[in-house]
Amino acid sequence: MAVARGRRTLAVILALLTLGGCAAEDEPAAPAASASAAYPVSAGGVTLDRRPERIVSLSPTATETLFAIGAGPQVVAVDDQSDFPAGVPVTDLSGFQPNAEAIAARTPDLVVIANDINDIVRSLTELKIPVYTAAAPATLDDGFRQWRELGALTGHAAEAADLATRTGAEIDKLVAGLPARERPLTYYYELGPELYSATSTTFVGALLGRAGLANVADPADSAGAAGGYPQLNQEFLVKANPDLIFLADVTCCAQSAETVAARPGWNTMTAVRERRIVPLDDDVASRWGPRVVDLVRAVTDAVAKVPA
Amino acid sequence: MGPARRRPGPRGHGRGGQGPGVRRVRPLWWLAGLLAVIAAGVAGLAFGPVPLPPLAVAAELLDQIPGVRLESGLDEREAAVLLRLRLPRVALGLLAGAMLALAGAAYQGVFRNPLADPYLLGVAAGAGLAATAVIALNAPRVLLPSAAFAGALAAIALTYLLGGAGGRERSPAALILSGVAVAAFLQAGQVWLMQRYADDLREIYSWLFGRLATGGWSDVRLLLPYALITAVVVLLHRRELDVLTLGDEEAAGLGLHPRRSRLILIAAASLGTAAAVSVSGLIGFVGVIVPHTVRLLAGASYRAILPLSMLFGAAFLTSADLIARTAAAPAEVPIGVITALFGAPFFVLVLRTHRPVTL
Repeated sequence: MAVARGRRTLAVILALLTLGGCAAEDEPAAPAASASAAYPVSAGGVTLDRRPERIVSLSPTATETLFAIGAGPQVVAVDDQSDFPAGVPVTDLSGFQPNAEAIAARTPDLVVIANDINDIVRSLTELKIPVYTAAAPATLDDGFRQWRELGALTGHAAEAADLATRTGAEIDKLVAGLPARERPLTYYYELGPELYSATSTTFVGALLGRAGLANVADPADSAGAAGGYPQLNQEFLVKANPDLIFLADVTCCAQSAETVAARPGWNTMTAVRERRIVPLDDDVASRWGPRVVDLVRAVTDAVAKVPA
Repeated sequence: MGPARRRPGPRGHGRGGQGPGVRRVRPLWWLAGLLAVIAAGVAGLAFGPVPLPPLAVAAELLDQIPGVRLESGLDEREAAVLLRLRLPRVALGLLAGAMLALAGAAYQGVFRNPLADPYLLGVAAGAGLAATAVIALNAPRVLLPSAAFAGALAAIALTYLLGGAGGRERSPAALILSGVAVAAFLQAGQVWLMQRYADDLREIYSWLFGRLATGGWSDVRLLLPYALITAVVVLLHRRELDVLTLGDEEAAGLGLHPRRSRLILIAAASLGTAAAVSVSGLIGFVGVIVPHTVRLLAGASYRAILPLSMLFGAAFLTSADLIARTAAAPAEVPIGVITALFGAPFFVLVLRTHRPVTL
């Protein structure tokens, strides 16, 4: 027991040290070596003849990724929801209601979007503006593929590959540091106080599955009709009695360990009694960018605290 | 409109029933209404996404009565599911269902229009826009009922004013059409808000399709006072509603103040709608289908329609909620989907098997 705990602590410390180091490495200007990669470049269905110098990002995740792989200086405009890293060129452009004319007015040579809403890809293509669609991935590897493709397109292939490799290794290390259990811990992942959740088939569900957790929401969308995001019944949740509750609705909807504990009947749940309600950063929890490591760390920290 | 104004035929057989001879079936329908409420309530308590043995449910409920000691065999979590989630949810369904149906019946009487309901008149849209604004702007949730009430009143005032452009008498068609226009206008505002505050989309979206959940007894406590006020005020005016169907001059001739009665009834019905809507979201169809069905089955007098609508509305919504929480368990189906899915075909069936009653 004591040994296990010591090892866990060590693992956490190691992970923190590694992450600290990485964070420092991300900051300075990336080496220009990969920028000279030969164009034209094709990735993710897009072909670019030249290195893009006027990128417009309409996806907060893509914005984080672009800046993390050193393409930040090439980004001229981001959408109204992009808020990380600090100092990104925020505009009133919307990723939810993309407007081709407003985007074209920024004279971009590459547009990155998360969803093809309002036929925006066709509209921009007609204007001869290349569009890369970075749709929400189903798996971590799918997310890494996006990073690499963005790296290739922006002339930062090496940095992107490096970021993906390091992120994967950090997540592996965090997960490997968890104690072995006879029975997997169960969890409920909350997207909103109306009890919307995410099953194991989603990106975040798959991520928490890697930490050895069992998702109580899975039976609610076994056929996948809700796209992995079912709205759960309150009775069912109280009876399912999860060991852990993760809140991805802290900022949006003012939920906290206190508000959850105050819900009728919820004080009978193990997660509430044992104070295993984990508030997450809403933004980090809903994006698949480089900060996904922070999400995994919040999860593994909480899991590690539960006695095996 | 003048001479073309609709009038319920010669006096004497317009009230109390259809055709010659007043139907006297009320006791039967009272009994049916009460039985429907009891059956829906019992089913709502006995069944749910979490299976609880019906006998244990009964024992646990009886155990709550002071002086009774019974071992139900339910564990703590199961008891919480029954007493703190299922029981308040059934209570909320009964209250909200009674409110929506009563409000619908009152609107139909006030506007002398069988199609009047909180949806077609724009009332629900007004309450919806106001409630969306409260959610989107992160205002305290206790403001929801009063904001929804203000929105409901503003919407129905607008509908009333626009629908009455031709004079003092509103034709049914003009009223409904202006209600549809007002509703479309307010919904546009709501969509705009939803887009601007996309972060709150899930909460607003969930609310738009209706849901009897989350708050437990606190939602019931929130709705109860408004429901009582609405029920008392509307039921006290049941005779006035009958007289109003004769036309304003006739009503005035009988010593009534048609405008005052109308205003009181509109305010009460809007308060009931707004209060129900603020805790359970937008639940369509109850307000038009239930009173209409009651009218077809039990006669055209508001003295019967109002209380029977409350009973059948309560039973209908509680049953719809039972389906909403069990059909896709452990997931939830929005209750508004259920009320439309089951209510609309049932309504058509009743329409086809019964000769429609003129108001």
